[in-house]
Amino acid sequence: MKGNFWKVLASGSIVASMLVGCSSGGTAQEAVKLSEGDTVKIGLNYELSGNVATYGQAMDKGTQLAIKQYNESDDAKYKIEAVSMDNKSDSAEATSIAEKLMGEGVAMQIGPATSGDSIATYPSSENNKVPVLSPAVTQNGGMLKEDGTAYEYAWRICFEDSAQASAMAVFAKDLGKTKAVVYSDAANDYAKGLAEDFVAKFEDLGGEVVAQENYTSGDTDFNAALSKIKELDFDVLYVPGYYNESGLIIKQAREAGITQTILGPDGMDSPKLAELAGKENLNDVYFTTAYTTVDASDELTSFIEAYKAEYDEEPDMFSVLAYDATNLGLQALEEAGETGEALNEAIKNIEFTGLTGSFTFDEEHTPLKKVLVVELENGVQVNPVEVDPNAE
Amino acid sequence: MIQFLQQMINGLSLGSIYALIALGYTMVYGIIKLINFAHGDVYMLGAFVAFYATTFFHLNFFVALVVAMVLCGVLGVVIERIAYKPLRHATRITALITAMGVSYVLEYTTQYFAGSEVKTFPTDLLDNTAFSFGGVRITMMQIYIFVITIVLMIILTYIVNKTKMGRAMRAVSVDEDAAKLMGINVDTTISFTFFLGSCLAGVAGVLVGVYYNSINPLMGMTPGLKAFIAAVFGGIGNIPGAMIGGLFIGIAETLVTAYGSSLYKDAIVYVILILVLILKPDGLLGKNVKEKV
Repeated sequence: MKGNFWKVLASGSIVASMLVGCSSGGTAQEAVKLSEGDTVKIGLNYELSGNVATYGQAMDKGTQLAIKQYNESDDAKYKIEAVSMDNKSDSAEATSIAEKLMGEGVAMQIGPATSGDSIATYPSSENNKVPVLSPAVTQNGGMLKEDGTAYEYAWRICFEDSAQASAMAVFAKDLGKTKAVVYSDAANDYAKGLAEDFVAKFEDLGGEVVAQENYTSGDTDFNAALSKIKELDFDVLYVPGYYNESGLIIKQAREAGITQTILGPDGMDSPKLAELAGKENLNDVYFTTAYTTVDASDELTSFIEAYKAEYDEEPDMFSVLAYDATNLGLQALEEAGETGEALNEAIKNIEFTGLTGSFTFDEEHTPLKKVLVVELENGVQVNPVEVDPNAE
Repeated sequence: MIQFLQQMINGLSLGSIYALIALGYTMVYGIIKLINFAHGDVYMLGAFVAFYATTFFHLNFFVALVVAMVLCGVLGVVIERIAYKPLRHATRITALITAMGVSYVLEYTTQYFAGSEVKTFPTDLLDNTAFSFGGVRITMMQIYIFVITIVLMIILTYIVNKTKMGRAMRAVSVDEDAAKLMGINVDTTISFTFFLGSCLAGVAGVLVGVYYNSINPLMGMTPGLKAFIAAVFGGIGNIPGAMIGGLFIGIAETLVTAYGSSLYKDAIVYVILILVLILKPDGLLGKNVKEKV
């Protein structure tokens, strides 16, 4: 019995790998000319379960809402049908779902949520000539093939990590800061990349990086490094990483008597930050983000209301980015009136205005948009400002 | 100099925690020659018990500390009865692998019920005023950690050296069969050892949880490992050795960050382990068979 089980499993996996082998070498989907009133399928390839399910679910909701609103609007040219599949937070699964969706003839794919899962679907997009819109691939160089050119059919809606690090350096300079200390997570590519880009930009702008210290994700005691930092002559502390550690670092820094300005990336953007750091310690703290509800525009306010009415919960950055990605895709679809190459061309040349800003795409298929810097005052977000990461 | 003293205080508070956990490793190893890898997770559960006790039952800090201590002690006994007792005369590798299994069971059961998100304690739990002595800063919480650790170590030393149960523990550790022939109830003695060790781990968990204000189901892994190294450093099976080892590891980690590079603070701990295993495999106070528990 046991032997049979393994045999079945082994033969099953051989068959599966043969199937994958076939489909990945598959040919391009045929482009379809659309006429008004046609039904167009859009594929949703999200992490609906697995370890990053919270991101995937939020994005799925954002996309579904955008499609629902489009279908209900009077001047919609087409009828959109969402085909949603769960990639289980697994990049191999994400690839096979991309193939499946494109085989079913979707006009485009929205998702997946994480950089790793998204990038795994890009070769399929190119083989099938079906555009993929990734809401949140922030990884540096995430849209590039090994030869340094961008995947022709893959696009992202968010800024790149290096953009937010550069924006923070610009912002620090604007605040009149000249001496920075960087305290970064050495076990995390995201934080490491941010630290490098921040240092490069800050020095470019004439600032001095006094010291660089490191911690490891999961640490809870930062006193040793902070006591050391406290003795240094600096005026700003940059802490790239996620809120679990950033919250504790801010708490221990403020308690140790470090009163300088503290800066961080969008990984700090969580309600948990205030719980971990303590509200009284979150003053003169700034972080970069793609989205804030402070000083919301009318469009954003009405989106938030629609989202709450539909799902009975607050939207987050991920649902907003997915909403923008979907609307961008729909706009391009209307402009192109055709799927395949024409649709991709329309995305390439699009001028899009969404909830996270107005932008066009650059050669690396990354939006040229400004980065938001939000200040924390007693743990509450205030004074969002737009910063151009490319400022000199 | 001020910087050095400040770093020593940082190192001592970190080291006290390692010492509390290391004691449990060392006691259990001393009595049944088992490296109880689930010990770090008992420490984690101590933090969670205190979290629920203070957040949902609004107990004050010291009551929560006692509750966590007792529950962790009982849990230690239960783990021993269910997982280790049936394997007491099996090969040591069997028991070791079982200990890892228990560790995963505790971690992921907690994650299933409590979620993997970090949790924070109520803010007004403990007065955390800071005192400054000529530029060296020490907080009330750090004082609590030192005092509680020292008091518990004195109590533990007293139990092991002066009480009947302590004598039984030492006897079982030297020769289980001979102890049985002398009329010592070996099962009860081993259970009691697990109870004591787990109590200390529970206390360490509560102190860490409140001090750093962040707990999660996997928080026991790294401190557990480092406390294990502390126990090996001091000579596994040796109680004063575990205390010294814990403090040493805490201070070493802090000083490396302060005067070297923070990049190597974890590496140094493992380098210490390797050096100890090469140069003095019995640890600092290892050969002291008489004191073994």
